[in-house]
Amino acid sequence: MPVLSMTNIQKSFGENHVLKDISLHVDQREVVSIIGPSGSGKSTLLRCATFLETIDAGEIAYMDQKAVQTVNGKAVYAKNLKPFRKDFGLVFQNFNLFPHRTVLKNVTDAPISVLHRDPKEVKALAEELLGKMGLADRAGAYPCELSGGQQQRVSIVRALAMQPKILFFDEPTSALDPELTGEVLKVIKQLAEEHMTMVIVTHEMAFARAVSDRVIFMDGGVIVEQGRPEDVFGDTQEERTKQFLRHYER
Amino acid sequence: MDLLTIILKMAEGLEKTCAIFFLTLLFSIPLGMVVALLRGSKLKIVSGIARAYISVLRGTPLMLQLIAVTYGPYYLFGISVSRNKLIPVVIAFAINYAAYFAEIYRSGIESMPVGQYEAAEVLGYTKVQTFFKIILPQVIRRILPSITNEIVTLVKDTSMAFTVSYQEMFTIGKQIANSQTSFVPFIVAGVFYYVFNAIVSFVMGRVEKAMSYYKI
Repeated sequence: MPVLSMTNIQKSFGENHVLKDISLHVDQREVVSIIGPSGSGKSTLLRCATFLETIDAGEIAYMDQKAVQTVNGKAVYAKNLKPFRKDFGLVFQNFNLFPHRTVLKNVTDAPISVLHRDPKEVKALAEELLGKMGLADRAGAYPCELSGGQQQRVSIVRALAMQPKILFFDEPTSALDPELTGEVLKVIKQLAEEHMTMVIVTHEMAFARAVSDRVIFMDGGVIVEQGRPEDVFGDTQEERTKQFLRHYER
Repeated sequence: MDLLTIILKMAEGLEKTCAIFFLTLLFSIPLGMVVALLRGSKLKIVSGIARAYISVLRGTPLMLQLIAVTYGPYYLFGISVSRNKLIPVVIAFAINYAAYFAEIYRSGIESMPVGQYEAAEVLGYTKVQTFFKIILPQVIRRILPSITNEIVTLVKDTSMAFTVSYQEMFTIGKQIANSQTSFVPFIVAGVFYYVFNAIVSFVMGRVEKAMSYYKI
């Protein structure tokens, strides 16, 4: 059973047709990287998967439960999306931590006040996760007191504390100094090794190649090529993909 | 009349000055939030009414509003002007200040980065939870300097109650000034307002400091 099924997704912003009949299915324990030039629709795809954007047509299901289906050519959303939201987490490019709250409160509040989980258990889980991410001593700090890399690790912990079935990353290192990207990529890699189901939109090609089970190359609102990383990077089939990857060769 | 007598007589009115001040804040701060939220409504008619409210109350003099609320009922419906003028005075002040507060709240709410809403939405917070837990605390922090500004102005504006002869400090001072042909009561009034505002500034400074434990 796929964790996420997106089928024949259509999305336009006015005249701009951003997603052209895209389908994406992600299995349990699978790590998928999405690469492609800016404006190719990869971030929009994640935003549609997380309901931050509404799709025009297509179908989105989590754990085979349909959140969106298409009736007479129009997307119809489930009345209550709340049960679906707890299936996924999203890590933003610019973290979006809550600046008025400590690291610990950023992490624990949603599980407690949204999922109504036991505050003690949530706190224990939060501390465990923070420890794992090398942030054990920062629980009482405010986001503004942290480096960008630390903030992004906190936002990963915040997403993980909801115990989602799938975690989306929207260019998680694009807002970071090159020096700080490493520490964030390291924790994502760690999660990949634990077989956390993940979809990662990224410009870090070496990273995508190292951690992914599958790499998707998107351009112009369609999936141009996808496959095992060694195939997409090592034995590229499509001319457009080759052209794109050439920019990353040194 | 010696200086001490003038001061003591005017001080008797301070209680009423304070009543206007605190009651206006008590009612206008939440009322302003209601107006700001209505103004942001997706229903055009609702936001239109809120816009009109703000436009009229900011666009006409407070003095006129005081007269309208206090004497309007008499001219319109023949209802006699109430003995206790505190009620119409506070109503006039509260609806006037609510219009200003509403615009301050709106500017604060609009200054919030969309990412805060998106992060809350993805985490599953309801709209109400998002507003009270995530947005409002940050908005308060952002708008506090503007709020302080309004409060300082309110302290001085309480003197407008003299237009409807409400016996607050300035009204009494003006009466003494007229009967004694003396300028002293105005100086006393100036000192009273200045000290009052020094206290307001001190308190608000403390509040701002307490809230600046994080960077925006």
